[in-house]
Amino acid sequence: MTQGTQELVINLEHVRIQFGRSIILEDISMTVNQGEFIVVLGPNGAGKSTLLKLLLGLIKQSRGVVSVLGQPPRRGNRAIGYAPQHRVLESDLALRARDVVGFGLDGNRWGTGLPSRKRAEIIDKALAEVDATAFADAPIGQLSGGEQQRLLIAQALLSDPRLLLLDEPLANLDISHEQEIVSLVTRVCRSRNVSVMLVTHDINPLLPVVDRVLYMANGHSAIGTPEEVITSAKLTELYDSPVEVVKALGRVFVVGAET
Amino acid sequence: MFNILQYPFIQNALLAGSCVAVVAAIVGYFMVVRGLTFAGHALPNIGFAGAAGAVLLGIDPVIGLFAFTIGAAIGIGILGKRLNERDTAIGIIMTFTLGLGILFLSLYAGYAERVYSILFGQIVGISPVDVQITAVSSLLTFILVLILFRPLLFSSFDPEVAEARGVPVRPLTIIFLVMIAITVSLAVQVVGALLVFTLLIGPAATAIRVARSPLWAIVIAISLGVCYTCLGIFLAANNGVWPVSFFIASISFGVYLPVRFLSPLWRGRQERTSDPAINRGRSAWGADSDTASQEGDQEQRNTFEVMEHMQGSPKARGEV
Repeated sequence: MTQGTQELVINLEHVRIQFGRSIILEDISMTVNQGEFIVVLGPNGAGKSTLLKLLLGLIKQSRGVVSVLGQPPRRGNRAIGYAPQHRVLESDLALRARDVVGFGLDGNRWGTGLPSRKRAEIIDKALAEVDATAFADAPIGQLSGGEQQRLLIAQALLSDPRLLLLDEPLANLDISHEQEIVSLVTRVCRSRNVSVMLVTHDINPLLPVVDRVLYMANGHSAIGTPEEVITSAKLTELYDSPVEVVKALGRVFVVGAET
Repeated sequence: MFNILQYPFIQNALLAGSCVAVVAAIVGYFMVVRGLTFAGHALPNIGFAGAAGAVLLGIDPVIGLFAFTIGAAIGIGILGKRLNERDTAIGIIMTFTLGLGILFLSLYAGYAERVYSILFGQIVGISPVDVQITAVSSLLTFILVLILFRPLLFSSFDPEVAEARGVPVRPLTIIFLVMIAITVSLAVQVVGALLVFTLLIGPAATAIRVARSPLWAIVIAISLGVCYTCLGIFLAANNGVWPVSFFIASISFGVYLPVRFLSPLWRGRQERTSDPAINRGRSAWGADSDTASQEGDQEQRNTFEVMEHMQGSPKARGEV
């Protein structure tokens, strides 16, 4: 966050997204700075994944201004790395871990591509960055959820992005693997000075590392530090119904909202 | 026994069969990877209806074959946006065209010999001109696959990220379906509509069980396809009574079956460096507790997606 002039990585001004008659996001404004670690919270259907798709240029806003690194969103923007909501990766693809990571490098180019030492080195480096060297040549179908998630992050990092969009990378992971991914993402965010937007259901594993929280509900949003946003008053206002934030055993729970 | 190889019609059959086997194997690999195997069964049937229509109109059945399969491929691409819609779209288009095919056949008074050869294959009756046409179309399809290779593989694996990375996922899907249609139309003339599936899916499905990288899977699939076809033609020519397509289908099945049952044995031993923390609790059959719990979550997620869909969110998940 200390690279000379601060550049806005994301700038949203009064953005509305609607499909037909249903309004997903009514009015959202926010900015994200370089190197910031943002966690996106909110109930199912609040538009968290939709927001990521907006930034990727896969959907268009119906109102407001969106800019990513000073430009309108567009598909194929190599400045953005994206790992979508994780699903079980097909085991019947005959793909190795390094093939998956390689997609991030040149999967969008025409032709078959020729094997080259330089390409292999770049992929090896990416695998090492996410501690995936040990299973670099294993078929993806045999990897655990956490291992697959690390590959998807490595894939997203290959274009050397300035913004990393991670949709539910912690879903389906047990606590120890959850911790591994959290520290991996934190390390990547700090060492590369890349902005991260990470969508999750549970803020707790991320509380020690996150810079700001974007809480989305009811088509509106609130952004700020966890202490500012995750409060009974703020969330009651956002949900427009009584919500209580409970702190117990060093963890935060939001009661009354179906998170 | 090898004398039969001197006959020109056997040489023609081997040449045309090999060309088709190569293209069918490489296209078949992507069909398996994209979950499009049902199209490999439906498109030949659709092609049969087209051939019957052409016979009724008094034109070359091959023209009807190409017209119907390519038209259906485009229709499937447009109708079946999502994975779960697609098989329904394929099934509905297939049954409609099959109905048309039956109508065409019943309207045609004579014995539609050429239509039946479309159903069962006519490879030993193939002319040198047919061989040339087959070779050229196979080569063009092969080159097209090479050009589309990386985006096709990327969008098969992860359509969402591919789209975000600028891969034109929808157009690519339709182009690929048309390539399947062309391959099917070529293969129908060799093994017949009823058995195209054998050449398209058989070698690829076996190769994917054996290979570890896409390139190897394709190389193995091509080798298997060419072997099945040539061996099938050779055996049929020696036998003289049993049809070629029977031999090809039987060899394909006979190889797939043991590979299917034995592959988990060698798949369990993969090259992981010995890190006990990473190797925890993984059985040779790959059915560890991690996978099981993920499947449960996947079900939950599907329900969640359905809910999102009902709320009108256009999730681009599961594109063809």
